[in-house]
Amino acid sequence: MHTDADAFGFTVSGIFATWYYVGQRVLKVSMAESKFLMTLGKLHFILYVLGVAAAVISLFMGYTTSKEYAEFEWPIDIAIVIVWVMWGISIFGLIGIRREKSLYISVWYYIATFLGVAMLYLFNNMEIPTYFASGGHGDIMHSVSAYAGTNDALVQWWYGHNAVAFVFTVPIIAMIYYFLPKESGQAIYSYKLSLLSFWGLMFVYLWAGGHHLLFSTVPDWIQTMGSVFSIVLILPSWGSAINMLLTLKGEWQQVASSPLIKFLLLASTFYMFSTLEGPVQAVKSVNAIAHFTDWIPGHVHDGTLGWVGFMIIASIFHMAPRIFKRELYSKSLMTAQFWIQTLGIVFYFTSMWIAGITQGMMWRSHDEYGNLAYSFMDTVNVLHPYMILRGVGGTLFLIGVFMWAYNIYKTMSARPIEESELQSATPMGA
Amino acid sequence: MDIANIQGYAYVFAMGFLIVVLYAYIYHLYTKRKNADGTDYEEYSNMALHDDLSDTPVADRFDAKKK
Repeated sequence: MHTDADAFGFTVSGIFATWYYVGQRVLKVSMAESKFLMTLGKLHFILYVLGVAAAVISLFMGYTTSKEYAEFEWPIDIAIVIVWVMWGISIFGLIGIRREKSLYISVWYYIATFLGVAMLYLFNNMEIPTYFASGGHGDIMHSVSAYAGTNDALVQWWYGHNAVAFVFTVPIIAMIYYFLPKESGQAIYSYKLSLLSFWGLMFVYLWAGGHHLLFSTVPDWIQTMGSVFSIVLILPSWGSAINMLLTLKGEWQQVASSPLIKFLLLASTFYMFSTLEGPVQAVKSVNAIAHFTDWIPGHVHDGTLGWVGFMIIASIFHMAPRIFKRELYSKSLMTAQFWIQTLGIVFYFTSMWIAGITQGMMWRSHDEYGNLAYSFMDTVNVLHPYMILRGVGGTLFLIGVFMWAYNIYKTMSARPIEESELQSATPMGA
Repeated sequence: MDIANIQGYAYVFAMGFLIVVLYAYIYHLYTKRKNADGTDYEEYSNMALHDDLSDTPVADRFDAKKK
């Protein structure tokens, strides 16, 4: 429920919203110019919301394929494919009627998101509905995977890791390549580096999924390949992130003066941090301690809260005043939100680091005869304080989310502004 | 030659090939602007900075067709 709500609810709606905003602007074409695309866009929104509702309800009813991030049963998979194809038609339709000859780097990333997820989702969700295969026996919603055993695990983690790639990374880079230059009024430090990083990321990311299956039954060379590609992945990831930090070259006073730039800068920093931490965890000897411990969700959360969360929050802070033609309701509320959430994330990942490594070390400890030194409950007792810190971190982040929602809600009725005030830095009320 | 040998040669060949492709791409990015009708990729940043419907495109798709 939690991962699906974050990936398919929060992040995917952020991807769709920013695509419809960014796509039209950088291609210099309005969807209103095509009745077909406008109708399709509205239908896309309605079906997406219905699809998410169906996914939530079915999971609450206990329908699950039990594959991580791919829990939805076959009728909902079909609905998701339909919604996704509609988005694809919208992307390529808009590109088809564009005025700008070349595609801005963000558009490349959105296209990659569409193609990547389409390929991954289709292959990992190959499943056989048992009701039809058995001639009418059992629950109509139930299905079994087309793959078995180790193959199933391999396909699952090829999908699972690349769901992180094409939902939590690629479209978020699309966002930062638009919103950071636009909000700061600075050209991308090196557009050429952005192109090189794009192709680097596309080539390398798809091979790294094997690191989820280290020390499992998959062939050793696949595990090694997963580790090696994970390390190589630092290069294109840092290529994009450093490009973003250098975009602010000579303009660092903006970080102090604008809370929106703070969000964008920290998003980029968390991306660097997360893409260094992940490869370190994929090294076999580190993974021997880290695997199955709290260090892994700790890593996932500095990526999802710090990078994905901050980036979508910043994108909506940038878009809302331009859509409503009003200034952002409160700069001080936004600044407070930034510090509360940053503190929350720091609490979260630091406690999970300590918890994870402690857990890993305790699991490995044994006496001279090879008997395990600690029981499971021993580890739970030791980890208890870190779980409380984790809870405090999560609560701080959640408080920030409510502050964000309130700020956006109040922006709808804030002071109206002229189009000319919206060129780069977002106008904000006190 | 057994399968492990073939894999080894394929690996070395693939590494060499990909390195050539990578450096050729970097070379292409840096040299294309030097030609008379070349592209300075750095100008593409302006697609985001000047993105109003009424702004002039970096390269107009329909103008390009007329040429």
